[in-house]
Amino acid sequence: MSAVDQPLLRVESLTRYFGARAACRDVSFDLWPGEVMGVVGESGSGKTTLLNCLSARLRPDAGRVLYQTRHEGVVDIYDLREAERRLLMRTDWGLVHQNPRDGLRMGVSAGANIGERLMAVGARHYGEIRDAASAWLGRVEIDLSRIDDRPRAFSGGMQQRLQIARNLVTAPRIVFMDEPTGGLDVSVQARLLDLLRELVRELHLSVVIVTHDLAVVRLLAHRLLVMRQGEVVEAGLTDQVLDDPQHPYTQLLVSSVLQA
Amino acid sequence: MNELALEVGGLAKRFRLHTQGGVEIEVFRDLDLAVRAGECVALHGPSGCGKSTLLRALYANYAVDAGSIRVRHAKGWADMARAEPRAILDVRRRTMGYVSQFLRVIPRVPALEIVAEPLRQRGIAAEEAHSRAGAMLARLNVPERLWGLAPATFSGGEQQRVNIARGFIAEMPILLLDEPTAALDAANRAVVADLILERKRAGTAIVGIFHDAEIRAQVCDRLFEIAPFKVAA
Repeated sequence: MSAVDQPLLRVESLTRYFGARAACRDVSFDLWPGEVMGVVGESGSGKTTLLNCLSARLRPDAGRVLYQTRHEGVVDIYDLREAERRLLMRTDWGLVHQNPRDGLRMGVSAGANIGERLMAVGARHYGEIRDAASAWLGRVEIDLSRIDDRPRAFSGGMQQRLQIARNLVTAPRIVFMDEPTGGLDVSVQARLLDLLRELVRELHLSVVIVTHDLAVVRLLAHRLLVMRQGEVVEAGLTDQVLDDPQHPYTQLLVSSVLQA
Repeated sequence: MNELALEVGGLAKRFRLHTQGGVEIEVFRDLDLAVRAGECVALHGPSGCGKSTLLRALYANYAVDAGSIRVRHAKGWADMARAEPRAILDVRRRTMGYVSQFLRVIPRVPALEIVAEPLRQRGIAAEEAHSRAGAMLARLNVPERLWGLAPATFSGGEQQRVNIARGFIAEMPILLLDEPTAALDAANRAVVADLILERKRAGTAIVGIFHDAEIRAQVCDRLFEIAPFKVAA
């Protein structure tokens, strides 16, 4: 079987407790190359806990996260040594935080924010790093004249686009996103969504995107998990789940959205 | 006779409205339908009988409760009633197109891009996709000055023509059409009729809802009656 015929990520019965409460219980799914999966649900439904477990930042109490590596077959990410896991996070995986401040280094320039991730995987040639940083600034629609400015001087939307560039510069295969459009104005959101759609298609990225915004997943996600009280109550093709929801909770969620 | 393109067997659909006291609405049951390549079937029946629901179920936009929706796809068959999301999306990318009544506009994305997208999804280069999209929009009399604009502000008829262009450009083997001419004037209705006849000659199997009797007579080979469902006592 070639790698294309296998899921990139296989999640088996993932469970994580906080005290006696299961923040996330018995979640299983496969994520395929090029597939964008949305995780929706209200605050406290466990979607962020799930994302943290998936992205190697929170060890689950039970279950496995199996990753199809480029060259070394399938690994359980929690069986890796800490250094190996960190390398994976810096190369094959990306993580886009809701608040760009959590994903950027605010004290160094925009160019350095992008270049830093390349240097972490061994790039040393200054000219090449700067060229890559410039190219990525262009792709995320940030004016090149801002390359030496610190992200502090950027608007929220620009910071978010910079965070995305920083993640994508190492050509990751999976990107985890936590409410990436969360704190942004509606017009800025639309631009960011448009950019993400384009990048996901061009780079054939696999994405897990957590959001409470159903309009965001309708535009971006191929399929959905709907979570409630730590459990997946419904899963399937995005437009089918949104247009013909089966579970009472999903019906409530969909019918509660205000039409603009 | 041409080969089968679409075969529906024992299809059943009911809606359960959990937020409205658990009301159940049964739409159809034991529905069978077979459509051959090059054939155009018009769904028929009174308003509310489930024509659009059936069309959406064929596209897997609605879930079904029983039965199969077999689609000739990639040298084999795919069952839209049961397939995994990525398999359904692959059918939609390469085999089955759907022209809904209303265009779901994407903020900021210009008309030309919306029309070109089905080609881009199949890996056709931007330049060729855009030039084919432009030709299709021109054929449907969408003025060139609108191509670079997002269709949110277009008239109903213009939006529908963008939608039709998007649906027809990919030359899918199966097309689902939900009232494709509802908001169009006579000249544009004629263009759509031509497009449909052209696709039929190329072997596309078409299932549609056509309220316009003239169009229906012109493009459809037969009617498929959705019998009003009687709720069992």
